[in-house]
Amino acid sequence: MVGSLVFDFFVFPGLLFTLAAGILASWVVRKVSALIQWRVGPPLLQPAYDIAKLFGKENIIPKGGAEWSYIIAPLLGPAGLLLASIILVNSNYLGTSFIGDVIVVLYLLVLPALSVVVGGMSTGNSLSAMGSNRELRLMVSYELPLLLAVTAAIVKSGGLKLAIFTARPVAASVSGALGFIAALLCIQAELGFIPFDTPEAETELMGGPLIEYSGPLLGLYKISNLMALLVLPLFLVTVFLGGFSTGWGALWGAIKYLLVLVGIILIKNTNPRLRSDQALKFFWYGAAPLALIALILAVVGDLIGIGWV
Amino acid sequence: MATTIPIGPYHPLQEEPEHYLLTVEEEEVIDVDVQIGYNHRGIEKLSEKKTFNQVPFLVERVCGICSHSHPYAYCLAVEDCGDIEVPERAKYIRTLIGELERIHSHLLWAGLAGHFIGYDTVFMWAWKYREDVLDLLELLTGNRNAYAMMKPGGVQREIKREDLEGARPKLETLREKSEMLYNAILDDPVLKARLEGVGVLPREDARAFGALGPTSRASGLPADVRADFPYGVYDELDWKVITREDGDTLARVEVRLLETLESIKMTEQIIDEIPDEGSIDSEPENVPAGEGIGNYEAPRGECFHYVQSDGSNRPVRHKIRAPTFMNFPTYKSTCKGETVADATIILASVDPCYSCTERAISLKNNEDVDLLELSQQKTADLKQEYGVDKSPLEEVLDE
Repeated sequence: MVGSLVFDFFVFPGLLFTLAAGILASWVVRKVSALIQWRVGPPLLQPAYDIAKLFGKENIIPKGGAEWSYIIAPLLGPAGLLLASIILVNSNYLGTSFIGDVIVVLYLLVLPALSVVVGGMSTGNSLSAMGSNRELRLMVSYELPLLLAVTAAIVKSGGLKLAIFTARPVAASVSGALGFIAALLCIQAELGFIPFDTPEAETELMGGPLIEYSGPLLGLYKISNLMALLVLPLFLVTVFLGGFSTGWGALWGAIKYLLVLVGIILIKNTNPRLRSDQALKFFWYGAAPLALIALILAVVGDLIGIGWV
Repeated sequence: MATTIPIGPYHPLQEEPEHYLLTVEEEEVIDVDVQIGYNHRGIEKLSEKKTFNQVPFLVERVCGICSHSHPYAYCLAVEDCGDIEVPERAKYIRTLIGELERIHSHLLWAGLAGHFIGYDTVFMWAWKYREDVLDLLELLTGNRNAYAMMKPGGVQREIKREDLEGARPKLETLREKSEMLYNAILDDPVLKARLEGVGVLPREDARAFGALGPTSRASGLPADVRADFPYGVYDELDWKVITREDGDTLARVEVRLLETLESIKMTEQIIDEIPDEGSIDSEPENVPAGEGIGNYEAPRGECFHYVQSDGSNRPVRHKIRAPTFMNFPTYKSTCKGETVADATIILASVDPCYSCTERAISLKNNEDVDLLELSQQKTADLKQEYGVDKSPLEEVLDE
């Protein structure tokens, strides 16, 4: 029992798997971006080298900041994503699921953004405080449409267990497809990718909340980003696209995951960065009504019993 | 509560020693200050120790992008001082290099502007297209940058007819790509949302602050030395000054991209009209005592050089004023009331050049011969690719 728990948490689908898959996903992001931009792109293990390098460097803790929250904040992101990854993979792979796990995952997915906010606020740097401010504003923007879209999916599939979502792809209906589009845009923002990378905005805030971080603590943030690259698209695949199972189903699942990832990369590389006020308007007046329509359609479809609505 | 956001002297916005101090409330910029002087190189003093014919090589190194503008403005100043005539053919060659330089500078800026608002794909694509112009310049002058073509009274080297004809197909592909870039940038709704109505410089402010180049032309002020005080062969070419009335960042992008197309048109006219025979250098003997000014329309605006001579073989005073120096004050008008996110692209939209404005140290000769050989080999390969002959220099090297 204990042995299998340790295996779950540290090997598969825990730390080792999430990290390895995250490194692969990060390489895919960098390689595909490079191909779009007529560059060569990095070798396969470059993301791993980057992380390894950061863990060999010194930690510098800024004077005048809040020391404890500065140190603890970077741990929140990887911890939340690790748990979310275990729940997601197990519910797909083994079919082990519990009532309300989709809501638990939604809460866990807030942790990376929160850790960036807390970390940025505790450095005492005006640029990172501004970045944290923007991250908070971005969270307020995308959480509403994301929750609406996921609620539409819950209504559509008829249960609060992740294992139920995998039975039939939700996106194979009008409401599911609309919800998927809205959720995809929210995931783009949650990953901190262009056009929604306002908090880190290199050319404006020089990395924003992470500006004072260095060494292993910065490495933890990078690990959190890697894991998010696996977990967030996987969440979309599970909730909207029917997830994956064992055997050939795993391969099919991997293809669906890669397609979602490449879609995200394409959006990332064909847009400039939006201002925070534009991002807020985009999510509240664009994505949120879309998700709301999806929810209404799902409820109506459920009441009158038509599957494809 | 107002806080100060420093952009620079070390900042990833532009990898140069700029220092903007933005005073902000929440995200709104309420004041902006520019500090310069991080990169003073003493070029003007160095210039007083060189002979009149050596100075072009020095001022070429004022700026890596305007490496034809500064020597050209200097030569105009010397020619003004000594009433020196320039042969027709030399004027054509000078203008040709000047217009190619404008294309490369504007494409470079378009790419950087994309990078500043996080659109790295535009950055990479624009710079990829820019490589074609650099290849062209290498084909015609032997160098991608710092062309070493200028001297008072003419140009240093010939450009052969085969080389000029070899440039035509490249110009055609360049035009297609520039048009594609222009359409892609202006059709993008997200880019429009980021650029339209941002950082408006009203016409009166442009005049009051003395804005130059594309910055002033985007505000409806048709200030262009090429049209106002024609030098070279601009009065013989068919071209127009591009202006826009809006004065916002989008207008400045538009003006630069349209000027790129206009420059390609001019380059083709020059290739058509350049006389095949004739001297390229009037070989002036000396510069009499007196003073002269040179105004040149650099890609960023009017580049101004002042030269004073006492009748000896070197200038006693040489003053340089780069266009960016005149465009800095416009920030007082454009940045106020905008957000920090917009301020970065507004700051970049005048295409500031710090090394022009501030001048850097002079570099010593590099004794590593390999690099030079590699560079010459690349030029030779390029010429073979375009099916044109070896340059006189290479023929000498082969013997």
